[in-house]
Amino acid sequence: MKRRFFLAALVIMASSTVKAQDVPLVADLSNHLVAITTGFTGTDVLLFGATDGPGDIAVVVRGPATDVPVRRKERFGPIWVNGSSVDFVEVPSYYRVASNKPLEDIAPQLLLSRFQIGLENIRMTPDQEELDAELVQEFREAVVRLKLNEDLYDEGLGAVNLMSNRLFRTELHFPAHVPTGTYLVEVYLFRNGQITSAEIVPLTISKIGVGAEIYDFAYNWAPFYGLISVLLAAAAGWAASAAFRRI
Amino acid sequence: MQIYLPIAEMSVNIFLVLGLGGVVGLLSGLFGVGGGFLMTPLLIFVGIPPGVAVGTQSVQIVASSVSGVLAHMRRGNVDFHMGAVLTGGGVLGSLLGVLLFNLLKQTGHIDLTISLGYVIFLGAVGGFMMMESLPGAMKRKPVNLALASRGPGQHMWMHGLPFKMRFRRSKLYVSAIVPAAIGMLVGLLVALMGVGGGFLMVPAMIYLLGMPTQVVIGTSLLQITFVTAVTGLLQASINHSVDVVLAVLLLLVAVFGAQIGARLAGKIKGEHLRIMLAALVLLVAFRLALELVLTPADVFSIGDGETP
Repeated sequence: MKRRFFLAALVIMASSTVKAQDVPLVADLSNHLVAITTGFTGTDVLLFGATDGPGDIAVVVRGPATDVPVRRKERFGPIWVNGSSVDFVEVPSYYRVASNKPLEDIAPQLLLSRFQIGLENIRMTPDQEELDAELVQEFREAVVRLKLNEDLYDEGLGAVNLMSNRLFRTELHFPAHVPTGTYLVEVYLFRNGQITSAEIVPLTISKIGVGAEIYDFAYNWAPFYGLISVLLAAAAGWAASAAFRRI
Repeated sequence: MQIYLPIAEMSVNIFLVLGLGGVVGLLSGLFGVGGGFLMTPLLIFVGIPPGVAVGTQSVQIVASSVSGVLAHMRRGNVDFHMGAVLTGGGVLGSLLGVLLFNLLKQTGHIDLTISLGYVIFLGAVGGFMMMESLPGAMKRKPVNLALASRGPGQHMWMHGLPFKMRFRRSKLYVSAIVPAAIGMLVGLLVALMGVGGGFLMVPAMIYLLGMPTQVVIGTSLLQITFVTAVTGLLQASINHSVDVVLAVLLLLVAVFGAQIGARLAGKIKGEHLRIMLAALVLLVAFRLALELVLTPADVFSIGDGETP
């Protein structure tokens, strides 16, 4: 449906005989399902769309929210041991923001913060109150830094290509260890520092094939999975000794 | 070529995993060791989460010990009565170990526990092997004799314990508490470190229980087979830390490596190889110790999060 919409928009713009229509922003993904198969090594999904005129585009991709325990190592004699920790609730497991220019040139901080656009605007709430604000800030920065290193967070300012102020596109990267679940791709159209229009495109990332079935079986039928694994190993050991005894 | 491991939730190079399995299998066949104490740290170096490395390893040891125990059973070198007591203690230790594993995982200390455990055990095992090998043949015999002369008769405290049992095959009449306790300690090691525990159990059976040497290996393998099987089952059920794809990949090559290694063992001079194995063990221990001591690149780390 959306794709047809986009095609229609393209045709309209290409002919440029019709004026801007009712919808100021349309966007879609080249792929709505990322399948993690046995050979999965990460993938790129193309986000593309069109606007009804000049404006700035910001794209935010959010993975499923999880609780994140963050730990800080401290010296304990000669070795480093996990010491103090802060647990953040409902932090996006994956977060990627892309825009056509630096975010501060697009919209005021207040607006970016409200919509959680930009790495420093991701909301992270500790599960306990009365924590030192400075400490929380330090742990919060650690989450962003670690997720950036893991390629699960990213900020691509300038990664959105705008063409003739109408068409835009950007590549969204999903690494090999991307968490599974339902992702939301939010596309914002800004004009004069205000959000003029927004669109949300869902994206599903799921394990497909043998790997997925093994994972499901291992979690839903854990004792049977364990039993089969052990029996498989025992059979392999027996077969090997039987085979080599003959040689 | 990359392959996705469903439980470790990461993709690894398939040839790297096969190579690791083959080399460790070869070494285990060559030296008659389980190989778990080498495989688990190597898997961790490759980037497999330590918990998954330990859980998967317990399943893999089942395979290597099954073929070993079958060979010993054919020769009648297994004391089933003693094996049952050792296994009983081992199962209890394994259950405790898996629960402790779960607790440490939640509090964020499991990686440290595994690494620290390996530094201590590999350091000790490698150190002893090095000391025994380096002075060469002249010094080795007196050391062995000194140890062997400490017969069971000296352990008076042991004979005062209750629940005495007769073990016919081992020609022993001892309290069941001692083998059960040995088995339990080994079970704990299997669950926490992903090793078979033979390196601990065999000396304990010889010097502490005073078992005849020819039944020691077979009986210890019987215990290892059952205890690693139970541990694998528990790890999969409670901690979801057994990656069957990884286990099968390692198995496929390790069983062949072990058989080739066993054949090579008679042809190669043991003395030099023993020193090399000791050096390898110490190197792995050193590498693990270094990671614990050096200032980490980032003192912060993210633990396993629950999905709300």
